[in-house]
Amino acid sequence: MDAIRASGVRKSYGSHQVLDGIDLTVPAGSVFGLLGPNGAGKTTLVKILSTLVRPDAGTVVVAGHDVVAESFAVRQKISLTGQYAAVDELQTGMENLVMVGRLRRLGRRASRRRAAELLERFDLVDAGRKLVKTYSGGMRRRLDLAMSLVTGPPVIFLDEPTTGLDPRSRQQMWSFVRELAAGGSTIFLTTQYLEEADQLADRIMMIDHGGVVASGTSTDLKVQISGERVELLFADERGLAAAVADLDPSRVVDRARRSLTVATAGSAAEVRELLDRMDKLGATVDKVAVHRPTLDDVFFALTGGSSR
Amino acid sequence: MTTVYWAVDNSLTLIGRGVRMSARNVEALLMAVMLPVLLMLLFVYVFGGAISGGTGYVNYVVPGIVILCAGFGASTTAVSVTRDMVEGMIDRIRSMPVVSSAVLTGHVVASVARNMVAMAIVVGVALLIGWRPSAGVADWFAAVGFLALFMVSLSWLAAWLGLVVKSVDAAGGSTFAITFLPYVSSAFVPVDTLPSWLRGVAEHQPITPIVETTRGLLMGTPIGDSWWIALIWFGGITLVAMTGATVLFRRRTA
Repeated sequence: MDAIRASGVRKSYGSHQVLDGIDLTVPAGSVFGLLGPNGAGKTTLVKILSTLVRPDAGTVVVAGHDVVAESFAVRQKISLTGQYAAVDELQTGMENLVMVGRLRRLGRRASRRRAAELLERFDLVDAGRKLVKTYSGGMRRRLDLAMSLVTGPPVIFLDEPTTGLDPRSRQQMWSFVRELAAGGSTIFLTTQYLEEADQLADRIMMIDHGGVVASGTSTDLKVQISGERVELLFADERGLAAAVADLDPSRVVDRARRSLTVATAGSAAEVRELLDRMDKLGATVDKVAVHRPTLDDVFFALTGGSSR
Repeated sequence: MTTVYWAVDNSLTLIGRGVRMSARNVEALLMAVMLPVLLMLLFVYVFGGAISGGTGYVNYVVPGIVILCAGFGASTTAVSVTRDMVEGMIDRIRSMPVVSSAVLTGHVVASVARNMVAMAIVVGVALLIGWRPSAGVADWFAAVGFLALFMVSLSWLAAWLGLVVKSVDAAGGSTFAITFLPYVSSAFVPVDTLPSWLRGVAEHQPITPIVETTRGLLMGTPIGDSWWIALIWFGGITLVAMTGATVLFRRRTA
């Protein structure tokens, strides 16, 4: 079962095309990472998937319901944690949570009970009685996430959940996301950080200027977009074909160059092992090249040189 | 039936939120009370002698100050609506199965409650500095009801303005006209003392009949046609602002 299915999603504001035909599927229970620079269209896509914005074209089905025709049914099954912690400064943590519970039709008593549970889980028990304006950035974000989990919705949207957080709070958010994923929720998260998508997402889609630039599992993408890569240039087609058949699917083949690129940690031992393996196959390697793009290079390369 | 039930339940939750947050926004409440009180002191003790040449000016000006107070209060309402828009709270609420009218209803009802309290404080200070209303109990009830209706229309107008503007700063200034109108009405000086071109403006803008009705109820001055003209203004403003706000709310969030 797919938790989210979108096809041909387009949206423009005036003459500005924000999304230009996005297709994606997110299997239930998986973590999907949407990666892209500022202004790529990430937030617009999240808003469309979470019923806040109507697409100009295309269809989106979330948790079995169409986001335009059955938005109310979708809203009962999703939660959205926006880019900025949407919490009321002049309410306490407890009051914020109870408010969400009541708006989601839990009833007064059940809302209070659930709020207390969430304060406990997100390490906000003492803070729960204080006004949110006294909270640190990390505490706000935690409360923000807690507010999205009041009714335990099956599909959770997190729009840049760690932007602006210090490294420690970021780690903490990551572990909450992992816990949610382990609990069986479907998570759709957007991020500007490659590392974050890598750490959390089962599948990653990279967009820029409203279009898909790359997509696949984190391993698929690593070869294309991150880390160190070893490129083997073969003496002949036969060698390349043998290597292609032998190596795992996470590699990039360039037939014109007769080359094959794999991700590695870049250690001498790994390179040696790789060459030994080629020897055993009888594939002659002419040249070995180690590519070490920085994250920024990758970002620039795949996003067509747009600024971050 | 259940839709109505949840619409009411959602509204009550958001009204509770608005009232709680208003009560804790001490700065905004102080502003809403301090400014009219200072203006009242200024008008009574500084300008009052020159304007009416006697001690009766406090009795003339207080109803106008109460109306002015409502205008200042509207600014806070616009700001809180805009803040909810730009800071993501409305997105959060709209992504939940919530009846969407509840959001603006919450703001408007909290605004009415907050401003009725501010007006009550201003009235209290006025009594301390020698204002002597002639109203009986029935007149007081009528005045409170009348001012509550005024506040409802003003709150919808402020909510609409709060949706029109795109930043919190702009929201603060958007209600300028509401706070300025009382100065060119019968709030501070009788309309017939104004130059004739300005008199035309003063006589045909909503604040004059509103002030005249309030003054009539509290001070026993003649009301004449003012009360129903004021009520038509309330109805008209509420209808237009409510429709405008609802349409804009849908569009802004769709």
